[in-house]
Amino acid sequence: MKMDSTRRYEVLRERVGNGNVDRRSFMRLLGFAGLAAGVSGGVMTGLSRRALAGGTEIYFEGWGGVVSEALRKYAFDPYEKKTGNTVVDSTFGGEAEVLTKVRAAGSAKGHNVLHSSGVDWYKRWVDAGYGTKLNEANIPNLANVMAAIIKPFHAITPGYLSAVPYDYGTTGIAYNTEHVSKEKAEKLGANLLLDKSLKGKIGGWGGDWANRAWYGALQSGQDPNNITDWDAVWAKVREHRALVLKYWSSGAELMDLLAKGEIWVTEAWSGRVAALQAQGHPIGYFDPKNGLAWMESMFVLKGSPMAEAEELLNFMLAPETAIAVAEGQKYPSSLDPEKVKMTKIIEGLPAYDPTGKLAGLVFRDPSKWNPVEKKERKMWDRIKKGA
Amino acid sequence: MAQAREQDLRPWYLLSPALAAIALLVVVPMSFILVYSFYENIDLGLDRPAFQFGNWHELLTDSYYHVAIWKTLRLSVIVTVLAALMGYVPAYFIAFTRFHHKWLLLLLLIIPFWISFIIRTLSWIHIMGNEGVINALLLWLGVIDQPLHMMYNEFAVVVGFIHVFLPYMILNVYVSLEGIDRNLEPAARTLGCTPWQAFLEVTLPLSLPGLAAGCLLVFVLTAGSYVTPLILGGPDDFLFGNLIYDAVMSELNWPMGATLSFTLLVLLGLVVVVYSRFMRLNQLTKAFG
Repeated sequence: MKMDSTRRYEVLRERVGNGNVDRRSFMRLLGFAGLAAGVSGGVMTGLSRRALAGGTEIYFEGWGGVVSEALRKYAFDPYEKKTGNTVVDSTFGGEAEVLTKVRAAGSAKGHNVLHSSGVDWYKRWVDAGYGTKLNEANIPNLANVMAAIIKPFHAITPGYLSAVPYDYGTTGIAYNTEHVSKEKAEKLGANLLLDKSLKGKIGGWGGDWANRAWYGALQSGQDPNNITDWDAVWAKVREHRALVLKYWSSGAELMDLLAKGEIWVTEAWSGRVAALQAQGHPIGYFDPKNGLAWMESMFVLKGSPMAEAEELLNFMLAPETAIAVAEGQKYPSSLDPEKVKMTKIIEGLPAYDPTGKLAGLVFRDPSKWNPVEKKERKMWDRIKKGA
Repeated sequence: MAQAREQDLRPWYLLSPALAAIALLVVVPMSFILVYSFYENIDLGLDRPAFQFGNWHELLTDSYYHVAIWKTLRLSVIVTVLAALMGYVPAYFIAFTRFHHKWLLLLLLIIPFWISFIIRTLSWIHIMGNEGVINALLLWLGVIDQPLHMMYNEFAVVVGFIHVFLPYMILNVYVSLEGIDRNLEPAARTLGCTPWQAFLEVTLPLSLPGLAAGCLLVFVLTAGSYVTPLILGGPDDFLFGNLIYDAVMSELNWPMGATLSFTLLVLLGLVVVVYSRFMRLNQLTKAFG
């Protein structure tokens, strides 16, 4: 497994955050890590080892936590073993962070493949001139991917792709079943996040304006893909803010807050909740009517080693790899269930669509959301701070 | 005459590497930031070179930014005062203890720096959280029947800041106390002072330069932070630095981020200037022996 010390430390911290490692083990492992770094010569040894390694290096950035662990274990390690290439993976706080780094550096050097979120970011990367033209002949496993999930990407780049769709999920509502009943949760729907009796026990994702606005639209009785009254949306967001204990900023933080009972109700990513449920935490989950669904892709940035990147994408889309990753990260794969037989575990994942048509899920329409983003994102940053 | 002139210039020769480094690493980048503040952000992550005052106008007329400045100054003062009160006692103890292995006490002060700032901040979640050490102990003792809410509020942010910055205060005060002549307090006692009076009249005034240096350092470090409120604070707990983070990382509006960054630099620079006016900055050098 190719993993530098920083990455190893990040993984360990994520696992503590997720509740997978107790504090005593964490401190022990940290101590051993320090000892090992001292004995082995730390950074210098790592650099010399890297210099000696053969093959091409592909820089991958993703969401961290259980998602990164699954990708590393089931996709990157076997890929490296098979090809001799190296995947250097790291965690980002969001794609805006990567875009900022790329712009600051003046080039995309050191950034090759992104675990990109949503069609809106696909459009942004392409519009910003960082898109590539994938040679689909080098990715034969793309034939197994759902046509419905490829369609929105093709709408942005007709005739070619800069990314391959890889997984999908929903941002529904998670609740602590010891404090909130299933009946109450499903009866209130999106308005569960505005329940005054839960003041101080409600959380929210602070990292994405559109997620907040989507729920504001649902709570104000509007179609999220056709918002006509933004004031009503933000009024609901302000109402929600008054009840919030903490806006979380990463999947690991979300899991930590829910697992430790700091918050009882929050919108949440389906896969992270499935991971909590698998760990035995009393957390329920449901998608309210018109709840937010999203698809993620593996975006290849301009300037990347294309042949190796396409080889990696093809490897990741191989049914055995994609299914293993999906089971690990708890998000359904983009592979068409009509073409590839899914396992019972995947069939039981939240948001899983057995038809492969994705007709029951509502995705963000980039033609509606991207044009208002500059203005409304700023509005959200202000409201988040009480303005 | 020529020799005297040569001697006059000698400090400048000696200072020139440092001045060159400061010019290259501080003045030039900050100049770029100032120039960028006049650019225009036309879309997310898309800027147009321009010379316009839109960003500065927004900063000066929008109360959103003024509230953030007020919150930053307020919290920085709270943290500085608490750190001064809490830091003086251990500094005094270390300076005047008869314990032979004083270096061990100083080492205890430095050890926290071996651990990442982020990890030290995150550790408070395990101490003050719902399932943290304090709540677990109080629940076990039967003192409380529901966990106390200590996290994700201003209290948690202040605790996080003091935890991280207290060693800076202690070290500054300690160095100042260490330089005081040990015969002065006994001399004051022989002249009729009580121990408390000797401290108030002799030790405390002589240690003020170190205390002042520590206060300045803690204030500036607090005012420039943004990670601690992000991890330990709730929705109401943010500093001016968090607005810079939002402008650059979330809104991808670099010109506004540059405007806010330059403003923070000027504000903290003003604090240093005012501070030096009233506290006599040249006295601060005494804190370093």
